[in-house]
Amino acid sequence: MSCTCEKKLETNFCKKEVDLSLMEPVFKKYEGQSASLISILQDTQGIYGYLPLEALKTIADRTGNKKAKIYGIATFYSQFRLNPIGKHIILQCQGTACHVNGSDKISEAICDELGIEPGGTSKDGMFTLENVACLGCCSLAPVMMINGEAYGNLTPNSAREVIRGIYKKEKGGASN
Amino acid sequence: MKLRIGLGSCGIAAGGKKVREALLNCLKEKDMNIEITSTGCIGMCFYEPIVDVIDDEGEVYTYVNVTPEKAEEIVEQHIKNGVPVEKYIQSTGKKPFKQLEKQVRVVLQNCGIINPEKIEDYLEKGGYKALEKCLKEMTPDQVIEEIKKSGLRGRGGAGFPTWFKWDAARKAKGNEKYVVCNADEGDPGAFMDRSVLEGDPHGLLEGMIIAGYAIGANHGFIYCRAEYPLAIERLEGAIAQAHEANFLGGNIMGSGFSFDIKIKKGAGAFVCGEETALIASLEGERGMPRLKPPFPAQSGYFGKPTNINNVETYANVPWIIRNGGAAFAAYGTEKSNGTKVFALAGKIKNGGLVEVPMGMPIREVIYEIGGGIKNDRDFKAVQMGGPSGGCIPKSLIDTPVDYESITRTGAIMGSGGMVVMDEATCMVDMARFFLNFTCDESCGKCIYCRIGTKRMLEILERITKGEGRMEDMDELEQLCISIKDGSLCGLGQTAPNPVLTTLKYFKDEYIAHIRDKKCPAKQCKSLITYSILKDKCTGCTACARKCPTEAITGERKQPHSIEQEKCIKCGNCAITCKFGAINVE
Repeated sequence: MSCTCEKKLETNFCKKEVDLSLMEPVFKKYEGQSASLISILQDTQGIYGYLPLEALKTIADRTGNKKAKIYGIATFYSQFRLNPIGKHIILQCQGTACHVNGSDKISEAICDELGIEPGGTSKDGMFTLENVACLGCCSLAPVMMINGEAYGNLTPNSAREVIRGIYKKEKGGASN
Repeated sequence: MKLRIGLGSCGIAAGGKKVREALLNCLKEKDMNIEITSTGCIGMCFYEPIVDVIDDEGEVYTYVNVTPEKAEEIVEQHIKNGVPVEKYIQSTGKKPFKQLEKQVRVVLQNCGIINPEKIEDYLEKGGYKALEKCLKEMTPDQVIEEIKKSGLRGRGGAGFPTWFKWDAARKAKGNEKYVVCNADEGDPGAFMDRSVLEGDPHGLLEGMIIAGYAIGANHGFIYCRAEYPLAIERLEGAIAQAHEANFLGGNIMGSGFSFDIKIKKGAGAFVCGEETALIASLEGERGMPRLKPPFPAQSGYFGKPTNINNVETYANVPWIIRNGGAAFAAYGTEKSNGTKVFALAGKIKNGGLVEVPMGMPIREVIYEIGGGIKNDRDFKAVQMGGPSGGCIPKSLIDTPVDYESITRTGAIMGSGGMVVMDEATCMVDMARFFLNFTCDESCGKCIYCRIGTKRMLEILERITKGEGRMEDMDELEQLCISIKDGSLCGLGQTAPNPVLTTLKYFKDEYIAHIRDKKCPAKQCKSLITYSILKDKCTGCTACARKCPTEAITGERKQPHSIEQEKCIKCGNCAITCKFGAINVE
């Protein structure tokens, strides 16, 4: 029996169907291990790129925990996402060094370029912008990281150019 | 001849992998068989990518800011023809980096020197000798006694004596005990632990195993940020090697003592730096702190006695055992012994990691090691201790860096982040920045922390928008006191520090924002306007082309102007203009 709050909460999630059988190896890996909920969630996100609603329900079932607890953990930690992400993730560093070197202006330029807010995904599904605490490349501030590659000493315009460059590459790849 | 390239996160971000590829290609083309090893971060991030050429006599030539093109030159001239390319060399064995002269490297002794992926390199530097000494010559009590003699205090922030924690865990009842390493380096602007994990993972492991022996624990955990993938990879490799060499596992070196270490990935929550929250997270729960006592030494991981230290603390241990506690205590001040690693960042010329004896004045760290302020501007303040710390103003620049002196300024030593600020940094905005962070990261358990930080943030946002009221400053101070008193853990208790210190040392900036509606540092957007100085503008159109909102108009070769309604104050024009024609007020 589910109350209306739960139904309402479920509207926060993406409706896409996922193949839950992919999670079997994860359950097998952590079978019988206590204290492994966070690791299970991390591995699940590794499979789907985010935490689908059905996957969270399955984890609750299989680990014998309440759904509320799983949801609580999934929303407590900033690493977990409840919705799918774009093809490229832009990690924008919000560290102190980046802040004093103008990361706000970089963030605004990226948001403006892609028509999104921090945390959002562009309409074409190409980019997701995520704010991260610190990438640890403070001497290159301000920094962003796309697909594991760091771009340092950014200006608003150079950040726009990096994004346009990736679009250009994608288009080139598509027409070939 | 041998080549060595710095491939820590900073080296890779600066293009180290491309340089490595260029070197490999070049050597292959010339059919030369030269070994290229990789190393961690030597701490001079502003020089990355760094390449060392080590000749057959063992002489080291260090090339800095290497590009693929420079790499080709180095191979052609130095490797092939044996003539060092002087113009790119920054240091040699005979003429070391001048930034290193004032430093004393205990924790960072191997970083940027050894290949962190090879246990042989670590062993060559005396690695695991300290562990051997403990297991074969010392009783656990003697180990704790040596740590006590060294005066080592926790390097994570609070500065609690390490021996005391170990002793408490040793004396706690129970035969199942745990050693935990806090590698959840969450302070924005701090990256000391990352460099140790990436550059000298065995140093941390050795320190943890010794701690395990001293307190009588057989299991260890490293709780590491998921944002440090390279660190996790190197730790995993190091653990496997240590098992193979029987420095980990059962009956270590025939001593009868057994110890294993597991890595747990954090999932991104700043509050997990607090030890009880970290334990909750290790147990797979939400990372929320609980009341102390009982301290983790009595009741930690699943209720068992647990010792928690951070990366830098453990990494000091092997050196102390090898050289004796007294040698360590000889560095530093009376109450703050040894050395401390700092991450220098912000508006500083030579950003990176430095390790200095405690007690060195801040001025020396910033000017003599850090090279001073970027673009030779004026120093305004240094932020220490991250979101829990505070801003130390110019008038206190001769404060020695030790636990007590820093605490007296209202900041804290913290884990060692030092973010340098110049005249173009707005201190009200800085306070807002940190409050935004702590407000976001508050776990929500204590009302004062959860709601109080939110109220403070609202006030600070109001002030930076030019809508502040004079009574806001008193209200901020009141909230600071309440939040300090009404919060359970260190996060809430220290969250007001950035506001308290900026209010104390930079009250005039608050007043300028509130009363005069001006931002002296010209950072707060709502309080500044951009305009073009007609007599300086040459009409080159460069700014107009870079303006994202087409707010700049004008004829070619005629002075331009900015339409204020369209201007989003992004500052692109000011960066672009070569004639100083953009005026910011």
